[in-house]
Amino acid sequence: MKRMHKFAVGFAAVLLVCCAVLLLNQKVNAAAEGKITGTVKLDGTPPHMKGLDMSKDPYCVKANANDAPKMENVVVGSAGALENVVLYISEGLSGAALTQPATAVPVFDQKNCRYTPHVLAMDVGETFKVTTSDQTAHNIHPNPNPMTGNIPWNQSQPPGAPPIEKKWKAPEMIEVKCNIHPWMHGWFAVVKGPYATTDASGNYTINNVPPGNYTVTAWQETYGTQTQKVTVAAGAPAKADFTFKAK
Amino acid sequence: MRTRLHQSLLCLGTMLTAFPLASLAQQTQADFNARMGMESHIGNVTGHAKNAQYDYRRYCVGCHGERGDGMGENAPWIDPKPRDFQLGIFKCRSTPTGTLPTDQDLSDTIARGLDRSNMPQWNIFTIQQKADLVAWVKHFSPRWVNEKPGTPIEIPTEPEVTPERIKDGREVFARVQCWKCHGVTGEANGPSASTLQDDLGRPIAAYNFTDGSRPKCGSSDQDIYRIFMTGLDGTPMPSFADNIKPDEAWDLVFYLRALMSQPSKEKAMAKQLGLKPVDPNAPAGQQ
Repeated sequence: MKRMHKFAVGFAAVLLVCCAVLLLNQKVNAAAEGKITGTVKLDGTPPHMKGLDMSKDPYCVKANANDAPKMENVVVGSAGALENVVLYISEGLSGAALTQPATAVPVFDQKNCRYTPHVLAMDVGETFKVTTSDQTAHNIHPNPNPMTGNIPWNQSQPPGAPPIEKKWKAPEMIEVKCNIHPWMHGWFAVVKGPYATTDASGNYTINNVPPGNYTVTAWQETYGTQTQKVTVAAGAPAKADFTFKAK
Repeated sequence: MRTRLHQSLLCLGTMLTAFPLASLAQQTQADFNARMGMESHIGNVTGHAKNAQYDYRRYCVGCHGERGDGMGENAPWIDPKPRDFQLGIFKCRSTPTGTLPTDQDLSDTIARGLDRSNMPQWNIFTIQQKADLVAWVKHFSPRWVNEKPGTPIEIPTEPEVTPERIKDGREVFARVQCWKCHGVTGEANGPSASTLQDDLGRPIAAYNFTDGSRPKCGSSDQDIYRIFMTGLDGTPMPSFADNIKPDEAWDLVFYLRALMSQPSKEKAMAKQLGLKPVDPNAPAGQQ
């Protein structure tokens, strides 16, 4: 009889633990709606961006006949809005928050002999696509540091070639080049967990952040990184604005 | 009772902190052991890294350096620069782009040498010596501990060369735009040839099919097939595996043979056909 009793108590305990785990899990899921938003700006005169000489490939010249293509190391909109800044959570993420819910596949397109977008952010292990919209051959040549676990590769994409699907193993800012068109230069920004990239107005929103205390890092290819501490509460998006100083 | 509990708690605490540290130390030691005990398997010969130390010091260290980083004392004076074995990135592979080469690939490179570089053909080595050196080359990079070599690409049996195939090969040459770097005549004078750089930002030349030199990764028909289907990692030469079908790849091999200055069946056929260099401005499929 005593044995039976013990068993019942044990069973009840297991049940309780199971329920608690289920409840907690639900809480995390519901909290996944937390957000971090903000604006990134450049303080000072934006540096001069050199024009691109595409004369090596008549197709590229023709494709850019209507605008003067420029380098994109620093892209500044109205009122100092800084585009192509990658924002991610560098501290404070744990467990469930690290696994991102599946969203649209990030796409890196080669259009008019440029990379669109210039900076493509993605999660570690997230599948992304490289596509070509051009009628000229490109080669996609990312150059990560093999010591991080990311291995460089180099694939061709002639006109009409199918998309290339890839992923990266480790967080790293990886430069991408086309050897055929040396002016083509972009980035794969591989980060851990949720991320965002600023739009033309310098605005960003990192979605799916559970409530908690975090360090947000803003990375810009020319100006490097800045960090800020934020607190995300359920239903109340945290705000973090960044200002980079023009050198 | 109290002290006992305290003691056991203390013990548990020590274990909890010490255990990860110990396992970390073990891991690095394991890593070191794994690298020193690196083996290579070429046919039925097994190479051992440790046995290659004498040969490496005698024959390789001058260029590739003590640490295998390509910074040997001769390195500043030679071009192309010696390979940095620490990166684990190799031009001549039978495996897809972004993967490690097989032991056989590395051994072949040692035997073949690299034309138009300071890497000679090491015919003096026995198969065993080469196998040991391959293991030693691998021990420099942590990649060989964590990763396995890629699966070699499949090369179908070489078909009979026909004038039709050479013509089709010319279409492939135009479609995937080999001429962007190699030039329409294969003279390495394409529009992008002058700005080519390797992964470390050093200038690098495209292969010139017409100057009588041998391709760096071998000059058999199978070697040429392999070169453009795997790409030469670390250089601007990409892999075309996604964009050239196996049968088309043989057509391209035949056309490339016809471009080369060495006399060949393909060259004779192309001459008879009166094939002209491709026209970069022609619309797709209308060469």
